[in-house]
Amino acid sequence: MSTTKQAISRRDFLRTSAAVGGGLLIAIHLPKLASATESFAPADPFAPNAFIRIRSDDIITVIINKSEMGQGPYTSLAMLAAEELEADWSKVRYESAPVDPAYNHPVFGIQMTGGSTSTASEWERFRKAGATARVMLIAAAGQNWNVDPKSLRAEKSFVIDSASGRRASFGSLADAAAKLQPPKDVTLKDPKDYKIIGKSTRRLDTPAKVNGTAQFGIDVQAPGLLTAVVARSPVFGGKVLSFNADKARAVPGVVDVVQIPSGVAVIGKGFWPAKLGRDKLEVKWDDGANASLSTTAMRADFAKLAQSPGLVAKKVGDPGKTLAGAAKTITAEFEVPYLAHATMEPLNCVVDLKSDACEIWTGTQFQTGDRMAAATIAGLKPEQVKIHTTFLGGGFGRRANPANDFVGEAVHVAKAIKSPVKVVWTREDDMHGGYYRPMWYDRMVGGVDANGNPIAWTHTIVGQSIMLGTPFEQFGIQNGIDTTSVEGAADLLYGIPNVQVDLHTPKLTIPVLWWRSVGHSHNGFAVEAFLDELAHLGGKDPVQLRRTLLTNQPRMKALLDLVAEKAKWDSPVPAGRGRGIATHFSFDSYVAQVAEVSVDKTGEVRVHKVVCAVDCGRVVNPDSVIAQMQGGIVFGLSAALKDAITFENGRVQQRNFHDYPMVRMNESPEIEVHIMPSTEPPTGVGEPGVPPVAPAVANAIFAATGKRVRRLPIGRVDMG
Amino acid sequence: MITLNVNGKRLEVDVDPSTPLLWVLRDSLGLTGTKYGCGMAQCGACTVHLDGQAIRSCVKRASDAVGRQITTIEGLSTDLSHPLQRAWIEIDVPQCGYCQSGQIMSAAVLLAENPKPSDDDIDDAMSGNICRCGTYSRIREAIHRAAEMKTAGRRAE
Repeated sequence: MSTTKQAISRRDFLRTSAAVGGGLLIAIHLPKLASATESFAPADPFAPNAFIRIRSDDIITVIINKSEMGQGPYTSLAMLAAEELEADWSKVRYESAPVDPAYNHPVFGIQMTGGSTSTASEWERFRKAGATARVMLIAAAGQNWNVDPKSLRAEKSFVIDSASGRRASFGSLADAAAKLQPPKDVTLKDPKDYKIIGKSTRRLDTPAKVNGTAQFGIDVQAPGLLTAVVARSPVFGGKVLSFNADKARAVPGVVDVVQIPSGVAVIGKGFWPAKLGRDKLEVKWDDGANASLSTTAMRADFAKLAQSPGLVAKKVGDPGKTLAGAAKTITAEFEVPYLAHATMEPLNCVVDLKSDACEIWTGTQFQTGDRMAAATIAGLKPEQVKIHTTFLGGGFGRRANPANDFVGEAVHVAKAIKSPVKVVWTREDDMHGGYYRPMWYDRMVGGVDANGNPIAWTHTIVGQSIMLGTPFEQFGIQNGIDTTSVEGAADLLYGIPNVQVDLHTPKLTIPVLWWRSVGHSHNGFAVEAFLDELAHLGGKDPVQLRRTLLTNQPRMKALLDLVAEKAKWDSPVPAGRGRGIATHFSFDSYVAQVAEVSVDKTGEVRVHKVVCAVDCGRVVNPDSVIAQMQGGIVFGLSAALKDAITFENGRVQQRNFHDYPMVRMNESPEIEVHIMPSTEPPTGVGEPGVPPVAPAVANAIFAATGKRVRRLPIGRVDMG
Repeated sequence: MITLNVNGKRLEVDVDPSTPLLWVLRDSLGLTGTKYGCGMAQCGACTVHLDGQAIRSCVKRASDAVGRQITTIEGLSTDLSHPLQRAWIEIDVPQCGYCQSGQIMSAAVLLAENPKPSDDDIDDAMSGNICRCGTYSRIREAIHRAAEMKTAGRRAE
């Protein structure tokens, strides 16, 4: 995986991303495509770079190198290019990029979508792509009219000569512009002149998503395409000992049964015969080393580990000594479970493998790695593998897998049966398929002085590493510490003078992966719920205490004030309800949320309202930021209230949405989102809405009932 | 061989009649707008209309749909003109979009039966449809908006 070695860690990315936004460090060049096989359609005469195509009928296609999984890059990245191009927005279309180094993530060095980085990392490149095309179109008009291009301007997809009143559409200039050399450098617009960036813009992909035409991976069809459903080991790491396919083969419509490295694939004419055949398949498994895995035992192990410090990720001052002399101390242990991504579209992948080429259709967030894995399995060069990135029916990190599981397996099936095939995972397969958000156990000790101010804080974190054993290991693990395990804890914004954050990394072999907001999803809960406990220990109002501790964090402090004002923090709570606050900094963005909840006498929690404030720097599409906050809050609520993946006898106990439930319409709170105006470079929005939800709700439950919630999912509050 | 009436067309399908309607629509008829999410009527992604009622096609045998009118998202309108489609676009409801066919098909029956639904009515009708992206507040808003459009449309007639 040589290309992934160019990747850098998320932490490095955090350090450099501000510079990326400001264009200081990274020279953005606008490459042509490296691969001749991916060349543009001849109908598009003007393709000044890998991102822009303009047809003679004025249609502008922006090639989007980010996977569309709901977060909106097909629209927001097109807006960046269109702004600088001076395009008529009604002429702008999107197209999903092929796999090519031209589309690599400017920082991670591979083609992928993740880390809430799409806008931040493409902010400069897509604007430059648009500006370059504009300069060339203006130059072409200047040539045609024999005037100095400097006297011309572009507006709404026309080049205009104000002196003579002449106008030429971009489409009419496409052929001439295509003959020119792209300029070496271009000047980008002053933000005060923005016409598209910063204005709420309807998503370009919505029409296709309301009439059934949007094509997800699972929707891909082709003549003769077979469907495979795979029997995989019920225990992670298990192997097939033997299998009997007689009954499976007897199912009408089943055409083949083949063993592949991950299990046994039943091939049918369509999903239903393949699924029925898989149900009839008899497989003897060797469960392997995880045969006796149990959540109860793991929890006990984690709790024991948490009683002593692990590898130190951060140390400031002398927390041990300070705690010993503190006026009051408190110890609390927080737990969160393994979690499945449970994307609405179960995993799937279509592969058409020939002797000299492989074509793949799938919703992936990880094109470069998937292509490499497919090439290796198929015995081809990466350039011989073509990936069509379809719409993703949800990603949340599951479709960015360094192990390339769903793509690699599908190539194995295609290779075994020598026919084009679509591998479809059932919901149960998807739920049992691993790559979960890890289970975490956090032990925290805090102390306040005689005035109730926090003076010391220790945080011991126990949980599996996501990076370990992946190509990201050498960048993501520093001195034995997976930076994603401690993110949101070791980079605490609060000005507490004595802090230690340390980490135990149990070596379990449950496949784990980034899950929307990654390490922040557990550290946000532990840190913010514990701070609430410290506030009460010291007799402080939770908002006032945070304000004091954020003296050196003006952006978060301002956001805290905004959310407190909008949520009417200082006014009485409606009868029977409690309010809780949480703030969290992640993916370079600041988010603060106030939840309003009630708890009935059976302990059932109702979240009535969440007020959210976000500072994500300059905003490209405000409505899209609002949507991501709304979505992040609901996503975080399902985890806070309902979900856990648990193990017994090595087997995952949950199967489908009846025992891994989601927040539904009737449980969905009223959500209010406020965006802090900013001229700072844009930062992430896909994930940062998630971490504050659980602690805001837990803190609100305390306000309503006096009961502390330290373990997720909350389920019912113990009212005893 | 069974005969199904889908979106106003009579179609002959060579399929085991016990196959769930969902897979006949998707794999035999190529109507992939109707989605597979759970296979056990838990998520609503496969919602279609059978004689005007919202049903989960993943648990409905194709043979049970014979002789009845089946409407899928592809049959709701041919030109995005249904008030729900217009409202969904106006309010920009979808994120990943995978559940939205089912959401719209559930909402279409709600509106047909109750032209001016309350929030409680929406909770009752829509709580069988999961959206993992969390677009619920926009779905609610868009249903109210579509109800307004329908009412305005009727007044204009």
